[in-house]
Amino acid sequence: MTAPTPSPALPFFSRKKGEGDRRSGGGWDRRATFWLIYLPPLFWLIVFLVLPVLFMALFSFRPDMRGNLFQSWTPTFDQYINVASTGSYWRLLGISALTAFAIGLSAVVFAYPLAYFLVFHAGTRTAFYLVLLLIPFWTSYLLRIMAWKILLGTEGVINSFLIYVGLIQDPLPALLYNRTAVILTLIYVWIPFAALPIFAALQRIDPALFEAAADLGARPFHQFVRVTLPMSAPGVLAAFFMVFIPTVGEYVTPLLVGGSRGFLYGNIIQDFFTKAANWPLGSALSMIMLAATLILVLLAARLINWRQLFE
Amino acid sequence: MNQRRGSVMLGTYYFGLILLLYLPIALLFLFSVNSSASLSFPIRQLTLNWYQQLFDADAVLRSARNSLVVALGSSLAATVLGTMVSILMLRYKFRGQSVLVGLAVLPLIVPYVVLGVALLILFSALQIDRSLWTVGIAHTVVALPYTLLIIASRLAGFDASIEEAAMDLGADYPTTLRRVVLPLIFPAMVSAWLTAFTVSFDEFALALFLSGTQPTFPVYLFSQLRFANRLPIMIALAVLLMIGTLIVVFIAERFRRREA
Repeated sequence: MTAPTPSPALPFFSRKKGEGDRRSGGGWDRRATFWLIYLPPLFWLIVFLVLPVLFMALFSFRPDMRGNLFQSWTPTFDQYINVASTGSYWRLLGISALTAFAIGLSAVVFAYPLAYFLVFHAGTRTAFYLVLLLIPFWTSYLLRIMAWKILLGTEGVINSFLIYVGLIQDPLPALLYNRTAVILTLIYVWIPFAALPIFAALQRIDPALFEAAADLGARPFHQFVRVTLPMSAPGVLAAFFMVFIPTVGEYVTPLLVGGSRGFLYGNIIQDFFTKAANWPLGSALSMIMLAATLILVLLAARLINWRQLFE
Repeated sequence: MNQRRGSVMLGTYYFGLILLLYLPIALLFLFSVNSSASLSFPIRQLTLNWYQQLFDADAVLRSARNSLVVALGSSLAATVLGTMVSILMLRYKFRGQSVLVGLAVLPLIVPYVVLGVALLILFSALQIDRSLWTVGIAHTVVALPYTLLIIASRLAGFDASIEEAAMDLGADYPTTLRRVVLPLIFPAMVSAWLTAFTVSFDEFALALFLSGTQPTFPVYLFSQLRFANRLPIMIALAVLLMIGTLIVVFIAERFRRREA
């Protein structure tokens, strides 16, 4: 067995100071090129990313919807006070966070043996099995969710099969339009995705460590608990956050399979911008969601060395 | 012995899960050739009728065309912007560099519902009507992190000494970029473009907020979910699109692997 060779260092991340200075100076052609390729993305990101969030922040301090954005209005904390004093918003935010936590955890638990199989037991077919696992992830999201609807609905496959074999007389309505359906669907959607960072982490483990553990008398179980699991922990954490973060803001899946009983926090935001048309309140709720997400991401960034994982 | 048993168990688990992952997709294929309009068992008769009807269903085809237009435009824009930011990130050093790169990858973590309503506010404040343009702009924003990461990881693999050699030989920097750097990162650009295409083509959460009178395919599919008798036609088209997407993904993967 050969030890994995260390990946070559990225040339420009490890650039020495003097070299960098020479590079950024350069002739007029380098400076002209700089502005030519600097201004378009800068303009784009300011107009279509920074400005929308800024406008949303402004909107959240409006008392109501009247008038357009550029007419003056008196800034007010009414929307935030409204949100703070309405228990159901906080409860839904908490439920959404808990739901996303459960989904992230389950996806990691289900994905770990997959990644383990791919790295240690798939032999020469690792790449093929990995692609096989990822293909469903590349098929239409809406479609996969719709397929679950067909499976779980009252006239769906599971119910009509159970009736067909005579196990039940009436369809089980509980299969669809509740939070369990949302959780099941999202776990299903995320499992292949969650396997990726775990796969990457397991692949990075030096096989010599297993030999050393075995030489020192570790049984396979102990070897797994004391060597494999700790060594793959960064991948597990990364997988968790890669599922958890987009799931907190999820509103499409609840819309499709959750019904009103399966709504998450994202759905009230969507409601305030469509049906209820209360944009200032919706903006305040969005700002809270954005802040919560950014805090979580900063936490994830501190816990995980992402660059090392994906090098 | 123990090792063998573990291997068999893991393999069984893997293939069981693969089965579970492919079952709903297989189901969609099945219902797209099932003669009954209701999506339930037992299957009555196999037919290509839905595929035939599809070509008379104007609104369905128009939505697919809309998705195609949006995906083409936004993926091209995202690839150009991603290339620019990649070069800025790895070949220049300037103040605010990390801010620019941070902004470019930010859409990866901003919840789509938040980004969607924020853009909705922007466009309504600027009195821009919702159209395929607004959807395309949103898709360019969310595709940029992907194109940036794909292109930058390829560019990081090349030593800048190649460019210095070109410039020592008398080429100015724009020529060096055009004749040396762009050809080197071209496979990554194609891969990034195709990835951005699939990101946009399938995107629903943003498009629902930002599409006006011309729905993209996912938005149209969503609006038709209530009408049960139209579903098999939608599924038939979805199956065709799924096959198309898979072909695109495989091509993208081939380009990405052309590294060594």
